[in-house]
Amino acid sequence: MTITENPSPRATEADSSFTQPISRLGDRVFGGLSFGAAALILVALAAVAIFLFTEGLPAFTADEGEFNRSFLAYVGPLVFGTTYAAAIALLLATPVAVAVALYISHYAPRRLAKTLGYFIDLLAAIPSVVYGIWGIAVLAPILSDSLYPWLEDNAAFLPFFGPTASTSGRTMMTAGIVLAVMVLPIITAISREVFVQTPRLHQEASLALGATRWEMIRQAVLPFGRSGVISGAMLGLGRALGETMAVAIILAPANGYFWNVITNQNSNTIASNIALSFPESSGLEVNRLIASGLVLFAITFGVNAMARKISSTGFSGAD
Amino acid sequence: MMLITDTVEPTGFEPDDAMTSGSYTRRIRAAIGGAALLVGAFSWLPGGSVNLARWVVVSILAYIALTYVVARRIESKRQATDRLATAVVTSAFLVVLLPLVSVIWTVVERGSNRFDSTFYTETMRGVFGEIEGGGYHAVVGTLVVTGLTTLMSVPFGLFAAIYLVEYSSKSSLFSRAVQALVDVMTGIPSIVAGLFAYAFFVFLDDIPVLTVLSTGVGHRSGLAGAVALTLLMTPVVIRASEEMLRLVPNELREASYALGVPKWKTIVKVVLPTAVAGILTGIVLAVARVIGETAPLLVTVGLAQDTNWNPFDGRMTTLSIFTYYQYVQPGVPPQVGQDRAWAAALSLVIIVGILFTIARILSTILKPKGLR
Amino acid sequence: MTEFIYSPASAQTATVASGVAVDTRNGIEVTDLDIYYSDFLAVEGVSMTINPRSITALIGPSGCGKSTFLRSLNRMHEVIDGAYVRGSVVINGNDLYGPGVDPVAVRRKIGMVFQRPNPFPTMSIFDNVIAGYRLNSKRMRRAESEDLVEKSLKGANLWDEVKDRLDKPGSGLSGGQQQRLCIARAIATSPDVLLMDEPCSALDPISTLAIEELMLELKNEYTIVIVTHNMQQAARVSNRTGFFSIAGTGKPGNLIEMDSTEKIFSNPAQQETQDYVTGRFG
Repeated sequence: MTITENPSPRATEADSSFTQPISRLGDRVFGGLSFGAAALILVALAAVAIFLFTEGLPAFTADEGEFNRSFLAYVGPLVFGTTYAAAIALLLATPVAVAVALYISHYAPRRLAKTLGYFIDLLAAIPSVVYGIWGIAVLAPILSDSLYPWLEDNAAFLPFFGPTASTSGRTMMTAGIVLAVMVLPIITAISREVFVQTPRLHQEASLALGATRWEMIRQAVLPFGRSGVISGAMLGLGRALGETMAVAIILAPANGYFWNVITNQNSNTIASNIALSFPESSGLEVNRLIASGLVLFAITFGVNAMARKISSTGFSGAD
Repeated sequence: MMLITDTVEPTGFEPDDAMTSGSYTRRIRAAIGGAALLVGAFSWLPGGSVNLARWVVVSILAYIALTYVVARRIESKRQATDRLATAVVTSAFLVVLLPLVSVIWTVVERGSNRFDSTFYTETMRGVFGEIEGGGYHAVVGTLVVTGLTTLMSVPFGLFAAIYLVEYSSKSSLFSRAVQALVDVMTGIPSIVAGLFAYAFFVFLDDIPVLTVLSTGVGHRSGLAGAVALTLLMTPVVIRASEEMLRLVPNELREASYALGVPKWKTIVKVVLPTAVAGILTGIVLAVARVIGETAPLLVTVGLAQDTNWNPFDGRMTTLSIFTYYQYVQPGVPPQVGQDRAWAAALSLVIIVGILFTIARILSTILKPKGLR
Repeated sequence: MTEFIYSPASAQTATVASGVAVDTRNGIEVTDLDIYYSDFLAVEGVSMTINPRSITALIGPSGCGKSTFLRSLNRMHEVIDGAYVRGSVVINGNDLYGPGVDPVAVRRKIGMVFQRPNPFPTMSIFDNVIAGYRLNSKRMRRAESEDLVEKSLKGANLWDEVKDRLDKPGSGLSGGQQQRLCIARAIATSPDVLLMDEPCSALDPISTLAIEELMLELKNEYTIVIVTHNMQQAARVSNRTGFFSIAGTGKPGNLIEMDSTEKIFSNPAQQETQDYVTGRFG
């Protein structure tokens, strides 16, 4: 084998090149940019907190003469409406989401599983304004035709379903159902991930003892996935709390605390209220809307923090 | 560790445990299905007019109930429960498909009324009454605002992700704070992001030297909208990029360092090209997420009747806002406005669908061979 | 530059004929090296002479610091946050750890091959070989780079197998071929020294044999230091062997003994070395 020593491109470097600094400029610039971007995140969130607070403060501190009620009286019904709508959404979405996740992870034909998951994810991609107009144009009439009269007739003893059922369908129930549809893909995606990660060992142990598929799921998959499902539900809750357009389009808002979900009188949500009122507002009214936005941010922040806590502590899959 | 005996009934020699299951055949399942449909029909027959919704709902419930009852008779209780579970889970999936199909069907059906060249070439300037008008200005607005947002959030998010993966030490307070804040950012309600952008530009307007960014009447501008959307899009870009960067095996970085390649060149020439498929996919999906945003833009960008290419000055309209206003404030006669709204909605859904498809194609094409 | 025709005999002749000049080029002198990971002392007080144009093997039980030591020879261990050394490593009169020395520059002069073959998946075989230049933005004319690729691949005994598919991705090769590709990549930059960190542990026996034969050829041109878990391998290929060991978990690793390979495996001076090579522990 012949090896010829070429005058390699390196041959021009003297041996003292160890001590010559190779251009550190690239490293400094690039590292600086990266660090700067990370620092910008801190700055941005601090800015969000600061600006919202300073612009919202005038509303907190305004004396009662400015508006005809205190800020608390203003925001109370809105908080109620926000939580109410989100609660309905979560109540409807979570069991269905878990069932769908189970279907995809354990029941559907293996070859289809990925495509089916893809379809569910498509639900998440549809913009909320489209859900809003679909809700009011298609879903609301269906519900006011089929469901609400039936509920009024048969379940009016419950405070949720009293008289008079809406004929337009612009009710809290409709909004809640649309929110449920919007929030379901999130819960399903996270649940699916967790269910798929159930250790084969546990599942096979169950089956080897003669358990049916459902029994195996109840014994091995669901306990393992419990904290994941909860954290997914909380993330969905966070989204439902902040959802604006679908609610703004569907609900017929009124001022107050309304428990009845099938009438035309509904408490509004914070987000929807901002969306509806902001374009026409000015002066202190704007400050008040921003202050209500701050309240919403605080609520969703709390919910998301809890979701993170649950998913980080409960995720190990220990029985 | 849960013991099997906790939840399963004790076994013994009972007909329940026979190795041969009952004859729960396909035919029986079909018969149950038919019976369920029949029961469902009773939910509206008395009323006279066909009520599809009731039919579907009651039929599904009937199917589930009948499945359990029949299986209980033919097979054992355990198997009946199993079949019940299967029926419930499958029904859940079908039920979830219903709104998906309905939304897409509605949007396509109603949107196609105005899915024509007029819609995409006309604006709303001077449009009233029966004049067709169009959404050209809305398409322009969507492009401008989304383009600006992408321009701002991609470098921002990518570099932040690079910092988190390549430069920071996991335990440092700074990087833990950044990680936590990125989480917070993912949870910001979209309307709050809009409020922030609004407040921020109000603040800017008060600083004389910055009036170059002055946003015109009522603090509305495309730039403000882009700032709000950047706040929403950046964390998505960060999370996706972070994941992809972490997937790059450390050995590749080591091979590059051992060749005497400085760190930044290693990142640019080895790590990023290896992760590029996933990162691009993440970016496309992030764009799909913000392109339909309405709430933050209501607050920052407002509504315009005419085309505005300038994000620094004055109101714009995006497809999402256009959809909203055309539907809830359609003018007279309402049908014309609502048709426009549906056409805009259809445009949005198509765009999102295209973006999703692009993401799928990207992730399969660009993946380097031999990796994953 | 001079042209050498390599066969073991003529290499010896060249050494004898030109005397000292050839002997000391590219040898490594390590003096009192302590290697730290933040506060933890991983390797303590290593001093050794690594002869040029030969293969030096480092053996020892798991966790004794031999890989750490190897990586300190091209300052790779510094990639980990907070790692540093005390002591000196001198090659051709330059202390790698002298003041103002850039680790990146050091690594350009020393090649490294890793345990698991790691060709760059986004690059072709051709690009992988000259990655040392490409990634450092060193321009080369097409003819020059083609010559270099051919030379390096031939040097790694891989040319015949891949010469028809140089533009295919590097990850499409078998494990043994990938490792030889990594060796070609390492020698393409004409390093003074070639470091190999358990280069065969992820390979099958036939590929291992091919790489060992390659090593025996390469040692005529490069100073090779290899860390290996496989004592038989060390006995087969190396001229000198260093035995590392560790007193217990949490304690630093030490160089117990270093001598000609023959002596280490047949009649070592230290009892611990004897215990290890006869399989009493490790």
